[in-house]
Amino acid sequence: MKKDIILGGVGGQGILSIAAIIGTAAVKAGLYLKQAEVHGMSQRGGDVQSNLRISDQPIASDLIPVGKADMIISVEPMEALRYVPMLAADGWIITNTTPFINIPDYPSKEELLEVIANQPHHIILDADAIAKELGSAKAANVVILGAASPFLGLSYEQIEDAIRITFGRKGDEVVNLNLAALKAGRDEADQQMR
Amino acid sequence: MQKLMLLGDEAIAQGAIDAGMSGIYAYPGTPSTEITEYILQSKDAKEKKIRAGWSTNEKTAVEGALGMSYAGKRAMTCMKHVGLNVAADAFINSSITGVNGGLIVVSADDPSMHSSQNEQDSRFYGNFAMIPILEPSNQQEAYDMVHYGFDLSEKYSIPVMMRITTRLAHSRAGVIRTKSHEQNEVKLPSNPNQFILLPGNARKQYKTLLSNQALFEMEAANSGFNQYIEGTDKKMGIIACGISFNYLMENYADRVVPYPVLRIGQYPVPVDQVRRLYNECDSVLVLEEGYPLIEELLRGMLNNGKTVRGRLDGSLPRDGELSPNLVAKALGHEVAKEVSVPSIVANRPPALCKGCPHIFSYNALNEAMAEVGKGRVFADIGCYTLGFMEPYHAIDTCVDMGASITMAKGAADAGLLPAIAVIGDSTFTHSGMTGLLDAVVDNSPITVFILDNETTGMTGGQDSNGLGKLEAICRGLGVDPEHIRVVSPMPKSHDENVRIIKEEIAYQGVSVIIPRRECIQTAARRHKADAKLKGKEA
Ligand SMILES: Cc1ncc(C[n+]2csc(CCOP(=O)(O)OP(=O)(O)O)c2C)c(N)n1
Ligand code: SF4
Repeated sequence: MKKDIILGGVGGQGILSIAAIIGTAAVKAGLYLKQAEVHGMSQRGGDVQSNLRISDQPIASDLIPVGKADMIISVEPMEALRYVPMLAADGWIITNTTPFINIPDYPSKEELLEVIANQPHHIILDADAIAKELGSAKAANVVILGAASPFLGLSYEQIEDAIRITFGRKGDEVVNLNLAALKAGRDEADQQMR
Repeated sequence: MQKLMLLGDEAIAQGAIDAGMSGIYAYPGTPSTEITEYILQSKDAKEKKIRAGWSTNEKTAVEGALGMSYAGKRAMTCMKHVGLNVAADAFINSSITGVNGGLIVVSADDPSMHSSQNEQDSRFYGNFAMIPILEPSNQQEAYDMVHYGFDLSEKYSIPVMMRITTRLAHSRAGVIRTKSHEQNEVKLPSNPNQFILLPGNARKQYKTLLSNQALFEMEAANSGFNQYIEGTDKKMGIIACGISFNYLMENYADRVVPYPVLRIGQYPVPVDQVRRLYNECDSVLVLEEGYPLIEELLRGMLNNGKTVRGRLDGSLPRDGELSPNLVAKALGHEVAKEVSVPSIVANRPPALCKGCPHIFSYNALNEAMAEVGKGRVFADIGCYTLGFMEPYHAIDTCVDMGASITMAKGAADAGLLPAIAVIGDSTFTHSGMTGLLDAVVDNSPITVFILDNETTGMTGGQDSNGLGKLEAICRGLGVDPEHIRVVSPMPKSHDENVRIIKEEIAYQGVSVIIPRRECIQTAARRHKADAKLKGKEA
């Protein structure tokens, strides 16, 4: 088993929280992991990405080779497209639809979603709306994680466990909210793949 | 022992804690910052009473660490690559004095300049100082090398450099903690002349350093971090330094390279192993992150030996960091044509946060400068450098930390008036204070903005050593108190701020304007931490 994952977003959107949950699940499953993060300049509202690699064999490079990623998980639609060159021909894009607009020349949302829809394999969901409906906009990243869960090479239960570990300190209410967010994202993915 | 998921930076920090380090001295700088931050947050480090904190600049950091080493204890100092320029005087001379307690100097390079103004290669500094250099290829090695480095440092009474690059610094992987070492007791150097670099002593010390070179090379030759891996196909031999070894291995699914490979993690370059590779193979490919240090040595000025490939012959790009794909191309592997980024994707450069105090400082400055003309604002390094971008276009220079004040002074000396300097609070104490004294001594007609957001914003909000001291520092340096003006960078104070700026620009002497309001990111972090603390107490 080997999964190469690109996480995309904008500095401050907390893409590393998704990486941390996947990482926790992977480590608990006894897998190897390498995760290249972006710190520094770009965190000031620039585009940020993380290369997350999990495998049952030791991993050589901290960077995923271009054109070899199994999936792009993005919390922002334009950022999902930025990493298309990284994606393998049969790779998936799992992306939020809510744009983060902090530049004057941000493209039209409709056109963006159309370009994403034209990519071969994709799950597109409004994670912010789904999270708000569940009671907290903060859970949007976990909704996206839920939508990516069929592709991670980890069982759904392993990811649930990782959520319990990650949010355990914050009490049952937060854990349950995030489990619900994970489920909502997963359901959306299942439906879109049908 | 338990496996931890650590950034390369954090692995170095944990290694230092476990290797009996007594103190860490650092100035923040990407990608080195997380080493010191990890120690500042480590309960283990607190229990062991490890001294940890931010120095005013990299030079004071190296000197602090050298002082701790003088006293017999193990010390570490960390900085980004350009920080070593600032610390160079202390660093180079510490190789002449040598050390007492073990001393490791970590310098984190940033090839591709993700967050830097150049991509200089610290290995040249290590060679210049004639000291051993360690260059880890993964997080576990980073951890292990700290243990090894302190031992090596004490064995030869020599500072040891650890050179890392951005990818390793900021990539996470499993690290297993091994042994732990008690901290040293305070103990004076056995030779009372060791640290007095009067020429008579320095000549002796230097001869010792020179005669140790052969021993350092022997250590490198015998080091577990340098490895000659046999290969059957002798058409090519490969030298892979530090993290580039990973990119090489990524290109062989079974992790078996058909060519002989010399993996290098410790310098000086192990010449015998290099000679063997060169003699055995028809050509040599050199993979190194940063400048072509080994490639240049191997190729020589005349390049009249065997074929040596790498960054100098175009097999690899001359600049920027390496990657699995670049290495694949250099190996002659078939690489699929890269798809391009869809054209709809717009650039998203870093920008000042919404509500950042710097925005309002620049709005006022721009209005005051409108009637004066362009090209007169000498700025510096920090979040406020983003004032160069749309929509501000407020600054004209950014060179090295502290250069704002001194360049404004030089331009004023040349007759380019008015000349304005813009510098952050942390940058001011790092290297702006001395330049301000130059300006005071000459009574140069410059207006200096010290943008006081009460933090070191760019690198993630570390404490700023000038906090609460800026006016006193300026007064102490001789700035007329009437021309030290504190203003509030808020929209509602805009008109008043423009008036004050115009007044001070008109003044024919050194004036200092201090827009003061806390960075909103640092403030948010502080409020969160306060709330957490309150929650614990309740
Ligand atoms: C010699 C050197 N050391 C460290 C750095 C990294 N660095 C860049 S900006 C900065 C801090 C700037 O802080 P401040 O001047 O307070 O400005 P702010 O970012 O808070 O606006 C640091 C540490 C550098 N570029 N050069
Ligand atoms: S981090 Fe602070 S200083 Fe930097 S841009 Fe944001 S608000 Fe401004």
